[in-house]
Amino acid sequence: MSQFTFDGAPVAFEDGQTVGAALTRAGIRSWRMTRVAGRPRGLFCGIGICFDCLITVDGEPNVRACVRQAAEGMSVTTQHGTGWS
Amino acid sequence: MTRSPDVVIIGAGMVGASCAYAAARAGLNVAVIDRSGVVSGTTGAGEGNILVSDKEPGPELDLAVWSNSIWRDWGDQIGAGPIELEPKGGLVVASQPDGMAALTSLAAAQQAEGIVTEAVSPEALPDLEPRLATGLAGGVFYPQDMQVQPMLAAARLLRAACDKGARILANTELTGLTTADGRLAEVRTTSGPLTARHVINAAGTWGGEVSARMGTPVPVLPRRGFILVTEPLPERFIRHKVYTADYVANVASSDEGLETSTVIESTRSGTVLIGASRERVGFDRALSVPVIRALASGAASVFPVLEKVKVLRVYRGFRPYCPDHLPVIGLDPRIDGVWHACGHEGAGIGLAPATGAMIASLITGGTSPVDPRPFSPERFVS
Repeated sequence: MSQFTFDGAPVAFEDGQTVGAALTRAGIRSWRMTRVAGRPRGLFCGIGICFDCLITVDGEPNVRACVRQAAEGMSVTTQHGTGWS
Repeated sequence: MTRSPDVVIIGAGMVGASCAYAAARAGLNVAVIDRSGVVSGTTGAGEGNILVSDKEPGPELDLAVWSNSIWRDWGDQIGAGPIELEPKGGLVVASQPDGMAALTSLAAAQQAEGIVTEAVSPEALPDLEPRLATGLAGGVFYPQDMQVQPMLAAARLLRAACDKGARILANTELTGLTTADGRLAEVRTTSGPLTARHVINAAGTWGGEVSARMGTPVPVLPRRGFILVTEPLPERFIRHKVYTADYVANVASSDEGLETSTVIESTRSGTVLIGASRERVGFDRALSVPVIRALASGAASVFPVLEKVKVLRVYRGFRPYCPDHLPVIGLDPRIDGVWHACGHEGAGIGLAPATGAMIASLITGGTSPVDPRPFSPERFVS
């Protein structure tokens, strides 16, 4: 099975699976902290509309985990706030 | 039994809210009706421009200057923070020398009218706005320009008016007027008739339709505009309201076709708003990919960093304009007691307080510091 990393730890995924689906199957439910209150967020709508499941992929912030396909060797990291410095 | 209102206001948008607040403060008993709810029409689909910079000398600039000062007062009264009223200033930039020459001459004419303008050399642009593209011909900074969150502002003003006794009747549509001896007697609505001495047409883009139902038609037409909303970015990512010099030409234009100019600003929540397009397509709400593409590429040419920024959503609205590009404000000569307050095009948020203050003052027998005659509905009555 292929793998990417989430905050450095390996996460397995099947071909065609999204980052959000792979994380959820691995038991990870949240991967973003909100910009004002620092509260955890993960999948909400799951279909690309709500922009709640944002995550940073290979340094690119605000990627929707529910629509981005997982790829071998991706470095996925928790997003804090806007993801911009 | 509730007291009959002195004034019935049609429309719970920014102009209706301003009329309500000004009238309630003047001691009038106010009822606001809206066929839907608060900020469900023109205001809810707009931006939040309080600009003096985009107006050439003339009646609209005079109104804008007065309105700008009222905005500051009202911000003090109802709280500038909660309505995101930000006196951040506007920066107009020109990409080419001929655009810069036109901008410089406009700024000189505005300065002669008392507008504060500050010429910005190409070298000084990054100090004001660090993420701007390089190679621009220069700009002019207008410290009086402000921004507000129009939905919050209208809602807060309406609440403040209600604290002074105003009532809001939602889901209530105007059906017509009853007159007696050429004077307003009753405002007929889907929730029943309201006896009133005055009615104010503050229906924004639907002001033409409302005026026709009242039997006092004025020409108010829709001009469609799209706005892009980016992902949230750090605060003050874009520091000022930044737009390109061609915005002024487009605002004044009467062309039928699509016009886009670039207007960019950060909001308190971090999203960046990107406008502004203008098209005369009636009330067609269809999404237009070419317009969105033009807005996005325009924004990226002014702020190259935006190329890497995602657009979360797009919204559109209809800006209400009169054929001569001046709002229609004042007493209708055909039925005593009928007032119009619409047709502000893309400047309604900025011009709303002066519109409300002018009408409230004229209703209560006061005077207006800005000559009301150029805005009078009489120009549409032959």
